[in-house]
Amino acid sequence: MEIKIPLDIKKVKQLKAGDEVLLSGVIYTARDQAHKRLSAVIDAGKKLPFDLNGQVIYYCGPTKTPKGKIIGSCGPTTSRRMDEFSEKLLAKGLMGMIGKGGRSPDVRNAIKKYSSVYFLAYAGCGALLSKYVKKAELVSYKDLGPEAILRLEVKDFPLIVGIDSNGRSIYD
Amino acid sequence: MRVISADKISKAVSDLCAKANFSLRKDVLECLKAAYKKEANKKAKKFLGAVIANAYVANKERIAICQDTGLPILFLEVGQDVLIKGDLKKAVNKGVDQGYKKYFLRNSIVHDPVDRKEPGFIPALIHIDLVKGSKIKITLLAKGFGCENKSRLKMFNPTVSFSQIKQFVVEAVKDSGADACPPYVVGVGIGGTADYSGYLAKKALLKPVACTKIRKLESDLLKEINRLNIGPMGLGGKFTCLGVNIETAPTHIAGLPVSVNISCHALRSAVIEL
Repeated sequence: MEIKIPLDIKKVKQLKAGDEVLLSGVIYTARDQAHKRLSAVIDAGKKLPFDLNGQVIYYCGPTKTPKGKIIGSCGPTTSRRMDEFSEKLLAKGLMGMIGKGGRSPDVRNAIKKYSSVYFLAYAGCGALLSKYVKKAELVSYKDLGPEAILRLEVKDFPLIVGIDSNGRSIYD
Repeated sequence: MRVISADKISKAVSDLCAKANFSLRKDVLECLKAAYKKEANKKAKKFLGAVIANAYVANKERIAICQDTGLPILFLEVGQDVLIKGDLKKAVNKGVDQGYKKYFLRNSIVHDPVDRKEPGFIPALIHIDLVKGSKIKITLLAKGFGCENKSRLKMFNPTVSFSQIKQFVVEAVKDSGADACPPYVVGVGIGGTADYSGYLAKKALLKPVACTKIRKLESDLLKEINRLNIGPMGLGGKFTCLGVNIETAPTHIAGLPVSVNISCHALRSAVIEL
């Protein structure tokens, strides 16, 4: 199934845990330290470095970009470490998350509550996944190095629905 | 006395950074191919196909197999008849720094584990062992941290049965679930002290993953782990684990330390002898 970003709520609701999808459009990388900062920005009531509404966050910290390439190796990191921050971002309009592995019951409930979706990317396949990234640029938090927020344009990025908008998980 | 210069060591280490991160170990690749052939779960099989394709892309285009190029761990076996001209540890770190930069790997190391500012490429973790002879053997293990986070240690009573140890190892894998990139390679260290068993479990990952001919203890564990049905990427299936390697060491009459060190399917290490 092909899916485009910004995500359409109707389409998100049709997705079922286990569905294989090809995602195209803009996604934003953010992992541990970026989540900590985004969460602090929300707590302080300040402006986020990008509008989360309808967006998708990819738990990814790529390698350096080799010469002549768009991006380096860029597979997913373990999602569970982002669990404590996810509901806060979903409440701000975040509609999708991409990572690897399971999520906490709290995140699952939040996904259901906000009719969002959690995707799994092919874990440990960073070289292969770099082929689906058509553009990469820095958005914020450059000092975090590989944990900086990047804006990625992806085409037919292969994913599996991990948790659907009804809170059903592929790992059930 | 054979003289080996620090520069020669740096160059060798720099080369190992590329070899470990771009070329998946032959033994691991063979196990993955065997798993691909035998896996019955359709989604899991497709994923294993992607893992194998990923290894080819990485090798051909010299892109890191995984974006987590690990905490570089260096195991040095230094012959006692070698005279090193220069500073050995500095030379190793210089090699890692140069290699990780040159090959566009990831700066995943934070100097201060608490304030966590400015990730860099070094320092690497260096284990040095003095051995007989006039050679230096250097092994680089690029250990990803998704799987490192799943490490376990238990100080068993000396009267424990092997089935209890087995249960502890299986539980460690079960709790890792889909998080740490299965199919795993499981390193187990039995004996020594608390810290030494951890070192043994890590070293066990350096041994070839023999998916066909293995010791009984290891094959028993492998069978039991693969009954968990976690499967590749947690999608279910036969292959939760590609292989189990056990290292043992003498220990004290009062105890039995057991450590588990899990590796993701991208088990990356490379060796050179100078």
